[in-house]
Amino acid sequence: MKKFLFVTRHAPYGTSFGKEGLDAVLMGSAFVPVTLLFMDDGVLQLKKDQRAASLNIKDYSPTFAALNDYDVKDIYVSADCLKERGLSAQDLVIPVAVIDDDGIRDLMKKQDVILSF
Amino acid sequence: MIYSLAVYGPPYTYQASDTAFHFAEALLAKGHELHRVFFYHDGVYNGTRLSVPPQDEINIPARWSELAGKHEVDLVICVASALRRGVLNATEAERYELDSDNMGTAFNLSGLGQLIDAGIHSDRLITFGA
Amino acid sequence: MILHTVNKSPFSQNTLRSCLRVVSNEDSVVLIEDGVYAALDDSSCSELIKNALQRVAVYSLLPDLKARGIEQRIIHGIQTIDYNDFVSLTEKHARVQSWF
Repeated sequence: MKKFLFVTRHAPYGTSFGKEGLDAVLMGSAFVPVTLLFMDDGVLQLKKDQRAASLNIKDYSPTFAALNDYDVKDIYVSADCLKERGLSAQDLVIPVAVIDDDGIRDLMKKQDVILSF
Repeated sequence: MIYSLAVYGPPYTYQASDTAFHFAEALLAKGHELHRVFFYHDGVYNGTRLSVPPQDEINIPARWSELAGKHEVDLVICVASALRRGVLNATEAERYELDSDNMGTAFNLSGLGQLIDAGIHSDRLITFGA
Repeated sequence: MILHTVNKSPFSQNTLRSCLRVVSNEDSVVLIEDGVYAALDDSSCSELIKNALQRVAVYSLLPDLKARGIEQRIIHGIQTIDYNDFVSLTEKHARVQSWF
């Protein structure tokens, strides 16, 4: 079975990459083993306390908590990208594995297909 | 080899669709198979049949249609992305009781499962982001 | 081996920097679209590519360089390629990661 890595590098709201990427993750999880990596502004997708209602749009942030139900358990976040934005794992909406650049390098090597959003 | 491409950029605004097209032509010229092109995000605008560029410019959506006709490529427009953005075929226009449709007949409206399927059944799946 | 494509200018976005942080020595980088501006020599971003060339192969799409009028101004060591070569690179690398 091919292993898919979904890389999210864009912030929420400003563009729809994160939201539509998450839709792809949910679909992918039905067919293949899925790993998620959040880096660059993508780490902001997971920031706690998001209130999309203030923009009158649908809040997809709770969907991240549902990933566990979809059997998506391999969720990684770049340590440096969090730190650069003044955040830590405690600021995130779900428990994740925080990894350094060497970890990201190894993670990418283990995949068969990489999809980026 | 079997290739599939994912295109996230709309025609004209971003280069993504153009780059993907040149890449598609090059891989076909080398004797590879192009299984599917999956249009996602604003890439779904590539599916319009109502594009009218000036005469000295290329009709990007029509060019995809011609390529698909010639090489039997499955051009998939992501249905969830497309409906939101007002890209519809006749079936969907009828379903939602709208007064018109705008999708080219060379394009197929289908779900995200086709993107995952392309990744599973192709030797290479390459994203052209916007 | 992964082929990394980068399509954003290094003068406006951190796309190339992010790519270079995690690229492996056996990987390759292809600059496409506005990403080719990273190939400019004597620019404030030249060091990014010059340092990367110490450990990875860097390619740049010639049609994109020519369209932007910079094919004569690029950093020594960057290999210019056409679409045919771009396809060949994807044959040799099992995966492609797109940085956009």
